[in-house]
Amino acid sequence: MPGLVIVREILIEAPIEVVWRTVTEPDQVSQWFADRVDLVLEPGAHGYMQFGDQGGPVVVETVDPPTRFSFRWNHPRGEEPVAGNSMLVEFTLTPEGDERTQLRVTESGHELRAWPEAERQRYADEHREGWREFLDQLVTLLAKRQQG
Amino acid sequence: MTAQADDELWSAIGDPSRRQVLDLIVSNGAVSASWLAGRVPFSRQAVAKHLAVLAEAGLVTSRKQGREVLYQVVADRLDQATRAMAQLAAQWDRRLATIKRLAEAAHTENTESRGSKEEAPS
Repeated sequence: MPGLVIVREILIEAPIEVVWRTVTEPDQVSQWFADRVDLVLEPGAHGYMQFGDQGGPVVVETVDPPTRFSFRWNHPRGEEPVAGNSMLVEFTLTPEGDERTQLRVTESGHELRAWPEAERQRYADEHREGWREFLDQLVTLLAKRQQG
Repeated sequence: MTAQADDELWSAIGDPSRRQVLDLIVSNGAVSASWLAGRVPFSRQAVAKHLAVLAEAGLVTSRKQGREVLYQVVADRLDQATRAMAQLAAQWDRRLATIKRLAEAAHTENTESRGSKEEAPS
């Protein structure tokens, strides 16, 4: 899915180290993500996520405790996930004082990854509010059309 | 939706300039390429190219009216795109909500066990 970007955020009432463990430790990950999680927290490490009777390989990209964690998935079976054939899931943790943490997740497609850094940044910035607004607008429009 | 159609759809709406063009058509109904070109910071040729990609992805259709060609959105296709995006976003929202619940429960547990250790000696 080239060019696709999803950005979601949530504010958590817990310190950043606690959120980091929830996001990255395999026994925790299996509670919010896949049913079975085989994951080693090292850049380049190959793992596996099982969802019901389906599953697929994941490859860890960034491990920067306690603020950044990312992995690639959804690449074609038998291929190494690279910027051109996979989706990148990135978690960013930002402390809000001692007791709260802002957690952001971004899921993005490969086209974006291949862009120059400045362009990527611009798109990401724009995207933060843009996409939601765009979708809201579409949803509103479609609701109106369906009424009319 | 076939996988290929899916890809076309995502790349069509993944580009910010193209989304701007689509946004203008969404909010203004049937419009011409020159009308659009007057409202975006890129060339008429770029507008024409974006319109071609949007049409290829099935997001807009064109019709002739007098000497003008007017473009408008295909509501069903946009609906599909919106729903697919909303589903993915909702999936992440559910996962984030679970992370929040787990982390907050772990934090409460830590605080309580620390509290009882501190109280123990006295």
